[in-house]
Amino acid sequence: MSWLSDLLGPLKGFLVPLRQIRKGPVTRKYPQVKRVKPQRFHGRHTLNRYPNGMEKCIGCELCAGVCPANCIYVRGKDNPPDNPVSPGERWGFVYEINMLRCIFCAMCVEACPTQAITMTHLFEMSVTNRDDAIYTRTELLVDRDGTPNYPPHEDSPLTNLEELRKGDGWMRATSPSGRREYEGIVAWTPSARTGELPAERGQSSGTPQVSEDADG
Amino acid sequence: MASQSTAPGILMTTLEKGVNWARTQSMWPASFGLACCAIEMMGTGAAHNDLARFGMEIFRASPRQADLMIVAGRVSQKMAPVLRQVYDQMVEPKWVLSMGACASTGGMFNNYALVQGVDQVVPVDMYVPGCPPGPQSLMHGILTLQQMIMDGKIQNSTGVL
Repeated sequence: MSWLSDLLGPLKGFLVPLRQIRKGPVTRKYPQVKRVKPQRFHGRHTLNRYPNGMEKCIGCELCAGVCPANCIYVRGKDNPPDNPVSPGERWGFVYEINMLRCIFCAMCVEACPTQAITMTHLFEMSVTNRDDAIYTRTELLVDRDGTPNYPPHEDSPLTNLEELRKGDGWMRATSPSGRREYEGIVAWTPSARTGELPAERGQSSGTPQVSEDADG
Repeated sequence: MASQSTAPGILMTTLEKGVNWARTQSMWPASFGLACCAIEMMGTGAAHNDLARFGMEIFRASPRQADLMIVAGRVSQKMAPVLRQVYDQMVEPKWVLSMGACASTGGMFNNYALVQGVDQVVPVDMYVPGCPPGPQSLMHGILTLQQMIMDGKIQNSTGVL
């Protein structure tokens, strides 16, 4: 019967598309359905607030210093004593990020001593003008309830404002509260609101190494 | 076509809508992948994101058949004349999408070797931030550009039809 299998052998290949038809399409329907980003996705920045509404940024310009693309411009100013903007000595009264220069490496997030700047899952930032890509304090600073501000092209029908208002789009790249010795310490919240950041998997699950190598 | 001073009639607006619809739904990109952004651009055309849904699945190697140039990657000073020539060879109407930090502004490569933004060489219609922008970021740029075309008038780059 070898002549029969020789005859049917090439026809077996045609069964492959028939099997694939049952599986359905793999395409993600983007404008309607947005893919859930990974937890550490590097998206648009935000400037956070403390739960009492004070700004976290103290205008130290460390983010601007560490930025490899030189896309951040910060100017610090002394806090007004009667009505301070931030708990520190100074506050960043100018804060600009050129999103077109930014390479989303999150080194600013690492450098920030107060975790004022974090990255979100927002990714829709297309602009028609280079000037529109410069995000200032107006766009970066969250509202008092922790809602990220709208992008400049907010009138675009593609921008889902409801998605922006949701708090679960927040992330922290490598902030100190992600390390195991900070576990349980309230330093940063996933939604920039009050609460406690749950320790990530693997941070405290009995890994025997000590924190000496963490400094290196 | 109706002049700018008078309001176009029903026939002309319908025609304009139809032409704009045809232009948006068959906007073939010229493949101009220069660096890592090109990988994301290819991923956008592949099955999981599928640019064919917007009539853009055919990445034309010939600029004569392309409508949209996606500049994906850093443009070196030596590449700039080539980029301009490819743009000049494209047939009107044509659009340019600058994808990623390097193509838009030079990104972190602020040095003598790279053009600090392709808008020094060609007119850019849409900038997509990211390093590199993911497929959905790129699609957001493309869809925004398509909406701009749908809302716009039929004209060439000099403003005349």
